[in-house]
Amino acid sequence: MSPTTTNELPLQRERATTIFEKGAPGRRAFVCPEWDVPQVNGEALPERFRRREPPGLPEVSEPEIVRHYVGLSKRNFDLDSGFYPLGSCTMKHNPRLHERVAALPGHARLHPLQDPERAQGALELMWNLQQALAEISGLPHVSLQPSAGSHGELAGVLLTRAYHEASDERRHKVLTPDTSHGTNPATVTMAGLEVVKVATNPDGGVDLDDLRAKADADVACLMLTNPNTLGLFDRNIEEIARVVHGVGATLYYDGANLNAVMGLSRPGDMGFDIVHFNLHKSFTQPHGGGGPGSGPIAVSDRIAPFLPRPLVVRREDGAFDLDFDREQSIGRLRGFQGNYGCFVRSYAYICSLGGDGLRDASETAVLNANYLLARLREQGVAEYLPLAYGDLCLHEFVLSGGPMKKALGIKTLDLAKRLLDHGFHPPTVYFPLLVEEALMIEPTETECKETLDAFADAIAEILREAAEEGPEIAQNAPYTTPVRRLDEVGAAKQPVIRQAL
Amino acid sequence: MLDAIGVPSIEALFDRQIPEAVRLRRSLGLPDGRPEQDVFAHLRELAHRNVSAEDELSFLGAGMYDHYVPALIDMLMERSEFLTPYTPYQPEISQGGLQVMFEYQTAISELTALPVANASVYEGPSAVAAAGYLAKLHNGGGRFVVSAGLHPHSIETLRTQAHGYGMEVVEVPLRDGVTDPEAWVAAIDGECSAAIFAQPNFYGAVEDAAALSAAAKESGNPVVIAQVDPITLGILAPPGECGVDVAVGEGQPLGNRLDFGGPSFGFFAAREEYLRRMPGRIAGETTDVDGRRGFVLTLQTREQHIRREKATSNICTAQALNALGGVVYLTWLGRRGIVELGELLLARTHYAREKLCALDGVEPLHTQPVIREFAVRLDGDVAAVKRRCAAQGVNPGVNLEWITGREEDRGGLLVAITEQRSRADIDRLAEVLGAAVAASDQRSASEAAVAV
Repeated sequence: MSPTTTNELPLQRERATTIFEKGAPGRRAFVCPEWDVPQVNGEALPERFRRREPPGLPEVSEPEIVRHYVGLSKRNFDLDSGFYPLGSCTMKHNPRLHERVAALPGHARLHPLQDPERAQGALELMWNLQQALAEISGLPHVSLQPSAGSHGELAGVLLTRAYHEASDERRHKVLTPDTSHGTNPATVTMAGLEVVKVATNPDGGVDLDDLRAKADADVACLMLTNPNTLGLFDRNIEEIARVVHGVGATLYYDGANLNAVMGLSRPGDMGFDIVHFNLHKSFTQPHGGGGPGSGPIAVSDRIAPFLPRPLVVRREDGAFDLDFDREQSIGRLRGFQGNYGCFVRSYAYICSLGGDGLRDASETAVLNANYLLARLREQGVAEYLPLAYGDLCLHEFVLSGGPMKKALGIKTLDLAKRLLDHGFHPPTVYFPLLVEEALMIEPTETECKETLDAFADAIAEILREAAEEGPEIAQNAPYTTPVRRLDEVGAAKQPVIRQAL
Repeated sequence: MLDAIGVPSIEALFDRQIPEAVRLRRSLGLPDGRPEQDVFAHLRELAHRNVSAEDELSFLGAGMYDHYVPALIDMLMERSEFLTPYTPYQPEISQGGLQVMFEYQTAISELTALPVANASVYEGPSAVAAAGYLAKLHNGGGRFVVSAGLHPHSIETLRTQAHGYGMEVVEVPLRDGVTDPEAWVAAIDGECSAAIFAQPNFYGAVEDAAALSAAAKESGNPVVIAQVDPITLGILAPPGECGVDVAVGEGQPLGNRLDFGGPSFGFFAAREEYLRRMPGRIAGETTDVDGRRGFVLTLQTREQHIRREKATSNICTAQALNALGGVVYLTWLGRRGIVELGELLLARTHYAREKLCALDGVEPLHTQPVIREFAVRLDGDVAAVKRRCAAQGVNPGVNLEWITGREEDRGGLLVAITEQRSRADIDRLAEVLGAAVAASDQRSASEAAVAV
């Protein structure tokens, strides 16, 4: 059955009602613990400091809460339910062992200010994870503190700044390729530096002539993703490193695409000085609908003195400790020691796979991407959705929907929305910006051949449908989701961002 | 699969794309992979070498607290549909997560009495730094003025980031535990970009938030930022009613685990005029083509993936899963529960302060009102006292000097109370702490005798 009906489906009949519109005065779930101490008088908290009206929180019973949020959960697509080839996001399986170990009270109920000698298990875990990340990246010094990839980037740019300042240099420019993630330029601005874009060559790599022209003594750093956001490994990486180091700048590695090269090639060996990891991508911290994440950084010897504090260290007697006494440190980037719960999960993942298992994961991710690319190059697809750059790819690839738009009248957005009716999460769309109608596809090592085949078949079917039955079907998709296309322009024009009470 | 690709081996895929000089031609130097039960045993063994709030009677706080996490939060946070999706880029199949964000924003807005809230940021101290950056974008001022009562981690995080964009951070001292009003006014002038304080402050004292805000506005035109403890907002006047422009804070007390410091979430609420400069994700209400109510990520033109170097922040993470825990917790407490819990914490904290300060060698560090945490000064070395208490299964609190590095905090102990610490627990703390401090006295007395 072709899912094109516009009749309302059962799952669409229920109108969204927030928890603030449910319940009734006096209903409750919480029962306050016993009042076992004397009442306090008014002096304890003077009247002028007191809240006059309680906050307008819901008044609901526990069954209502459970029904409400379980109901909401059913209006979400998730990785456990189906294929999620979202490019640059590395939607790999989240093993349930990780949830079990992270929930052990010794981890979950450990207070962040417990004395280090009474948190030796946690510090050892962090130390082991640091060692593993150092080995994977080829850079020996690791701080686990940053809370996300973009937070790691901020750390990296601040480290670069501190490094140059230590030799009394004020360098104000940071080079980023025009294919870079948006976080790169945004981070540079936040760190008080200025972005200079570097062009992309016809092979999808950094344009060396443009790089040489722009690399001068004002350049603090080049931020690079390798493989880049086109899924292509920059073959000129050694020359890029020479140019960048030649003007005294540092080379920063955006680790978003590390899943392509674990155990196969290391940023440190490519000449990078600073790398951030996304534990929520390559190392299976569940994405949680947008967070939490974790963005540790690894650096070379010359950057190490500036790492955030505290650092987890191993003392001569073998005990683990937090080292605050770091004079040249850029300081803290957040409270406490970082997202330890994420460390537990990613450490468990590394223990499960081992060094060779991590390499297998990257190899399978690259095999899957190239297989899916090959399937999407078959007749009836390739002419509408050509590969934007290159021939093979690493862990992901970028197609252009330009020819599809011209020949069939459907945009990449339409294709993405129609995929929803086929039960797939669409790829990343309209990124990178230099590819017309871009579709960025990353299957990860999680998927089996049958899933990849089914996805390729769905794409082919949508193109066939547009060619034979007209573009309107895709243009008006989706039809089978809890809501259909939403008015995003209207939402931004007159923002309603909370429930009126 | 290789045939379809047209290569002879997986190896060939890499050989043809990665230059030989940067290939790793050996195995990673990591231990071999292990089966699930072995990894579980290893992680459990590491857990056993931590002393958690499960293993001792803990009065640790200073930003994260051992509140009870109701069972339904574990159940909901572990559901695949909330645990495993990405950021809701495809709203048609992400209505659950988007509506949770919308409800969360509503709850934070209610709690803080400020009209707009985002879908959360990383955690508390970096939320303070993010608020500082908002102020810098808003007025371009040259200096941040912070109360010494702000959490030391917040001050340091703000300094780290402010150094990048060249902003000075000036600290205003405390007087009897609260921000010195005269020094506060003296530090704030027309060049001040933001004036930042904490409520309650790091030493547990309730600040006169309305007076601090009003004084700041009179002596300059800064964005007034408060870091607030959400669990106190059932009984404390909310920042929106105290003249505060931006309220941020650590969300961990709301239904999130301690997790040795994270992940949790940071909340971020503000007056309407700051909406378009806010960092992070924001969910908004809209309708679909058939007129059904729905939710989307909105005001995205602030964000890095659209605006790149002109973005209001590089933050693209909402701690969505942790914020889910937060909004479910607030719903579970409900309108009356958050007041009842606040009153209980207030009463038990007062009981505990009186009880401890009646001990020989223990005196209050300040006499200001407190709600859920208070600071005392011990006559003796805090680390040694803590070790003696630990031997009795009690962790009496945070060694203040260890966190702040301030000389005037020597001997300081910060004691936190949650609803999980009963009167009997507090009595036990008093007994053990009293003995531990007395042991210090005896030791120093005997040392003095030896010296003589």
